[in-house]
Amino acid sequence: MGFSLVEELPKLVWLVIGVAGFLAVIGVLLFLVDAGPKKTRTEWWQAALFLSPALVLLILGLVYPVFRTTLLSFMDGRGTAWVGLDNYVRMFTQPQILVVLRNTFLWVLFGPVMATAIGLFYALLVDRRRFESVAKSLIFMPMAISFVGASIIWKFVYAYRPAEADQIGLLNQLIVWFGGEPRLWLLETPLNTLLLIVVLIWVQAGFAMVVLSAAIKAIPDDIIEAARIDGTSVWSHFRHITLPSVWPTLMVVLITISVQTLKVFDIVRTMTGGQYETSVIANEMYAQAFRYGELGMGSALAVFLFVLVIPLVIVQMRTNRRLREEQR
Amino acid sequence: MSTTPQSPTAEEEGGGTRRSSPAPADGLGGRVPSLQPVAAKAAEQGARESAAARVRRRLSSTTASVIAIVIAALWTLPTAGLFISSFRPEQEIKTTGWWTMFTDPQLTLTNYREVLFSSSQGQLASYFVNSFVITVPSTVFVVLLAALAAYALAWVNFPGRDWLFLGIFALQIVPLQMSLVPLLRFFSQGVSIGDVQVLPAWDLPGAFAFTNVWVAHTIFGLPLGIFLLHNFVSQLPHSLFEAARVDGAGHGVLFRRVVLPLIVPALVSLAIFQFLWVWNDLLVALIFAGGDVSTAPLTVRLAELAGTRGNEWQRLTAGAFVSMVVPLIVFFTLQRYFVRGLLAGSVKG
Repeated sequence: MGFSLVEELPKLVWLVIGVAGFLAVIGVLLFLVDAGPKKTRTEWWQAALFLSPALVLLILGLVYPVFRTTLLSFMDGRGTAWVGLDNYVRMFTQPQILVVLRNTFLWVLFGPVMATAIGLFYALLVDRRRFESVAKSLIFMPMAISFVGASIIWKFVYAYRPAEADQIGLLNQLIVWFGGEPRLWLLETPLNTLLLIVVLIWVQAGFAMVVLSAAIKAIPDDIIEAARIDGTSVWSHFRHITLPSVWPTLMVVLITISVQTLKVFDIVRTMTGGQYETSVIANEMYAQAFRYGELGMGSALAVFLFVLVIPLVIVQMRTNRRLREEQR
Repeated sequence: MSTTPQSPTAEEEGGGTRRSSPAPADGLGGRVPSLQPVAAKAAEQGARESAAARVRRRLSSTTASVIAIVIAALWTLPTAGLFISSFRPEQEIKTTGWWTMFTDPQLTLTNYREVLFSSSQGQLASYFVNSFVITVPSTVFVVLLAALAAYALAWVNFPGRDWLFLGIFALQIVPLQMSLVPLLRFFSQGVSIGDVQVLPAWDLPGAFAFTNVWVAHTIFGLPLGIFLLHNFVSQLPHSLFEAARVDGAGHGVLFRRVVLPLIVPALVSLAIFQFLWVWNDLLVALIFAGGDVSTAPLTVRLAELAGTRGNEWQRLTAGAFVSMVVPLIVFFTLQRYFVRGLLAGSVKG
């Protein structure tokens, strides 16, 4: 039995019904807005109608769960009995989870910095060149691909065949061409974690490049012109003009990628499934909560992730706001 | 940086060369710095340069070009390799490298046919439909609900408005992981306050099961959506609203007839982001869509194939491209909006 359009039909019908129903509800809502009391000083009626759909969803789906998950992190695997700080103690003592924390640390250490550095370097390299837009599109393209797709692409690069056979993976073929032995890259700890980080860098460098490129172009022309007349070298131009000008943007990019990195899940899950000591917090959280049925431990990992993210996001929002105000 | 006079064409759309200014103003105003005067001056200065200096500059410019091309090749090669492989016969993919294709070209569409339609090989066509059915409503819902909320938070008069906006803004911090367990419980057990069942458990059969994923994606997309659109909506001029109110138009009419048409560019930016995010998502789908052919999207199926059939490259290569086609089309046709959205800070937290 294969694909048949008839079997897919109910899905498409439900899609149409779902969207049409939703639009109808919104239509009625907008009608009710104007049918209600008018010209009052405080527009409670209008505010309630406009905001209630979003607010109900946010309260049920985000606000309440934050408290619930925090409570669960102090409970046992099935979420029935209180265990105090047990889950957190285990998190920082169990060797298996300590490896997870170490890996997450490696990810955050290498991923964001490398992606941002490459992005900045490339943005400078192609700035104001004839082929700029094509060159940028090539680096930027991985942003459109899912992490799952990217993982398969790179798994193929790392593919292994025994030394006597022809290699099918690019990396091993390169090694062989240079006279080395092919290796099972994804099985070697901790090298495998670094090779997974390469996938993240590959995807995020494009993001860094685009945002930084915009910042580079925003440097006022008269500053660049003044520097040119002074005859500054490329390096000192970068150090004294480009870098200070794009610094706030650089920080935002770095932090944004760091937050993404902390939550990385798809790459690990697709490439190794978290085996061979490659698991990270987000992957472990999923495994604990949804595969081993350890709700308490899973929740504790989620809370830990949340705690790691908070300071980053606060710094990011501040820098972002400052950037906006400067440009206003 | 090169000093040769550059054509200002680089400033047009392309890889996002617009200024990173406060998102919305940029979107509408398009403050693209002119390169004309710089280019002219550089040319004039170039004439005064010594021949040696000019040669040196030309050389360093060439080096930079070469480095740029090398990096671009490095970035493109993995994708190209997979793409080429997806057209090679199974036996070839498994025994020789894709680069041998250039000396010994053998191409076939069998991989695509099998991976799309044969149930033993993946039946990705069904999962493709699932991805589509998951993504479209999740995008429509977020865009419209966020527009409604953003409008109210900017122009409807009620006390506590700014605090409410701040609260929603802050929700962007919350990682998905924090809400997965409780949200899944809502769907499987319903909502009860004390002993009173407020909402029944959603045990939805067949195609109705998509509703869970729609709701989950809508929730996770809202904080960012509201934030982005609020930036945009709140910058519309006051006079617009006063004129309409004098005519006796209520908020409903104002929103539909005046505001919605004006914020179309922002809506498109948000829609692209949400679309790509949902289409490419794995985690939310794994938890809320279930794993079988009736509701699971492409990403879930591919991740599964990569895990259990990791060496069946004829499926993985073709399958990966089936999943990438739609985002790539969206990306390349609407790149401008995508970049504009990026510069407005629309990266999901």
